[in-house]
Amino acid sequence: MSNTDFVLAIEDLTVSFDGFKAIDALTLYVDRGELRVIIGPNGAGKTTLLDLICGKTKASAGSIKFKNQEMTRLAEHKIVRAGVGRKFQTPSIYENLSVFKNLEVSFPQGRSVLGALGFRCTDEVKERVQSVATEIGLADALDTEAGLLSHGQKQWLEIGMLLMQEPELLMLDEPIAGMSVRERELTADLLQRICKGRSVIVIEHDMDFVKRIAHKVTVMHQGKILAEGSMEKVQADPKVIDVYLGH
Amino acid sequence: MDAFKSWIARSGTGSILLLALLIVVVFPLTMDIFRLNLVGKYLTYAFVAVGLVMLWGYGGILSLGQGVFFGLGGYMMAMFLKLEASDPEATKIQSTPGIPDFMDWNQLTELPLWWEPFRHLPLALIAVVAVPMVLAFIISFAMFKRRVGGVYFAIITQAVALILTVLIIGQQGYTGGVNGITDLRTLLGWDIRDDSAKLILYFVNAGLLIGVIVLCRWIQMSKLGTLLLAMRDKEDRVRFSGYDVAMFKVFAFVLAAGISAIGGAMFTLQVGFMSPSFVGIVPSIEMVIFAAVGGRMSLVGAVYGALLVNFGKTYFSESAPDLWLFLMAALFIGVVLAFPNGLAGLYESHVKPWFARRKAPKAAPAAIEPPAAPPPAPSHKSAPPATLPGGVQGQSA
Ligand SMILES: Nc1ncnc2c1ncn2[C@@H]1O[C@H](COP(=O)(O)OP(=O)(O)OP(=O)(O)O)[C@@H](O)[C@H]1O
Ligand SMILES: [Mg+2]
Repeated sequence: MSNTDFVLAIEDLTVSFDGFKAIDALTLYVDRGELRVIIGPNGAGKTTLLDLICGKTKASAGSIKFKNQEMTRLAEHKIVRAGVGRKFQTPSIYENLSVFKNLEVSFPQGRSVLGALGFRCTDEVKERVQSVATEIGLADALDTEAGLLSHGQKQWLEIGMLLMQEPELLMLDEPIAGMSVRERELTADLLQRICKGRSVIVIEHDMDFVKRIAHKVTVMHQGKILAEGSMEKVQADPKVIDVYLGH
Repeated sequence: MDAFKSWIARSGTGSILLLALLIVVVFPLTMDIFRLNLVGKYLTYAFVAVGLVMLWGYGGILSLGQGVFFGLGGYMMAMFLKLEASDPEATKIQSTPGIPDFMDWNQLTELPLWWEPFRHLPLALIAVVAVPMVLAFIISFAMFKRRVGGVYFAIITQAVALILTVLIIGQQGYTGGVNGITDLRTLLGWDIRDDSAKLILYFVNAGLLIGVIVLCRWIQMSKLGTLLLAMRDKEDRVRFSGYDVAMFKVFAFVLAAGISAIGGAMFTLQVGFMSPSFVGIVPSIEMVIFAAVGGRMSLVGAVYGALLVNFGKTYFSESAPDLWLFLMAALFIGVVLAFPNGLAGLYESHVKPWFARRKAPKAAPAAIEPPAAPPPAPSHKSAPPATLPGGVQGQSA
């Protein structure tokens, strides 16, 4: 496969679980600086697609290129170090640690065993923690134990943990699940800010939210891409209305 | 000054000092040499328990085979001492003088090549920690890179303990078999059976134990300690933050092995022999119980756990030997079900608040009496919340 200008180029990607193809010969390109939203009914394979990109699940066939580098055979932590960050569908934070520690641990330094032993929380680290905490609206909660945060705040904290790593591709699986209306608005603003200078893939079911943030929408169904394009175009597509938007 | 005070509190220096006071000053002043030697023996098990705090408490990796590393460390030491005790003069009645007695009994006529390095103390001392750590590295690297963990890993460690026991017992001529390596006498000509030697070895042991605890505390307070806790709770989040989780687990396992091995070597020196009965599954499980009773998140708790359980064992196995096994099993189940954080957890949740309540009325009467007074603001940013299950802030050493 030839090199491209895309930050992420997925071609003919397939994964099967005991014969069931959760992702079926899928091809998808994401531009630099783009905010892409993936929608689709339950079980369409959206989470599985993210799992494949970040190496959690190994592909049966096909290719995933991030900045023209093949990812399918790379270990998970190497994919992260290449610049891919991923938020899980259920908030995945360190509940027993303070917000500060959660962010500090995510700082991309001292990642080897010896490096972690020698790691010092320098002013540079503190400044970054502070600025990321401000970005995600948790600057006043740095000393709070993360487990005590509200559900929405936990989602933001996990996004903040990813921002600490300054990934070039950020993947968010249902970031507004369980959020209040106000929190959803704040998250939309946050996403619009953080997609400056990086590419973001968001999986979401909430159509109002999608309309607000998406540059381009991809609709998935049964492991394949059903439609792709602007929100208006996708919404008008009869196939999409039939399998997804119709209900 | 306040920063320093809060650092002292966070680092658990107080509880480490208290432990040091107890084992370095109080015990030697109040016990005769026989009892002190017994305590010294218990303290060698405490090394294993401290290692388990790092591995199991912090890393979340349960090993039921720590006896392997304790035993190997002990054997490495015993091999050196045995060679020194087997000089041609002392063994002249053997058919091959100059080799350990058990080799002679098993018709060996010369020292096996792999015993040769143990003629030299520096090599033997290196082997004490290096051999167990290399074995630990091989086992854990193979397992953790393949994502074997949890119960499966615990079973693997049991299998290793079993294999090593069988190997030692089976290879009598090379290892001394089921009796182990006995009749150890001198270290570079210094008689380790003397009371004065026992006293000195007790202090060396106590000093090493405190040193190991300080080292572990330092690791706990580094980013690596935080990562171990983070991995224990959300392994995938750590992995997808760019860390090679397997290598951190390998580190914890190798660290615990090295610490256990030091304990094993000190056991050999203080007790005067090493045998396969410290390698197998049962002693390995006992060591987990020490850590569990003391509190698997607490380094000093692990030492108290090792001391208490062993005092109990000595007491009961004299008065009611059959009962002891049941008692110990009951103790373990009781601790795990009722006090998952062991004695240390009990202290944190009951004793500390009780002290705090007793101090409170004296310290701040003004804040309580006038109903109009504002509630006392949290004074320190770092003041730990009252109940933190297993988090770093709530933990002392
Ligand atoms: N490890 C696995 N083994 C077997 N089947 C799997 C595995 N992972 C996912 N699947 C299946 O693949 C399909 C796609 O699942 P996936 O979680 O990707 O859906 P989704 O689009 O994220 O759905 P939702 O909107 O509910 O989150 C489902 O039918 C699921 O059962
Ligand atoms: Mg999903």
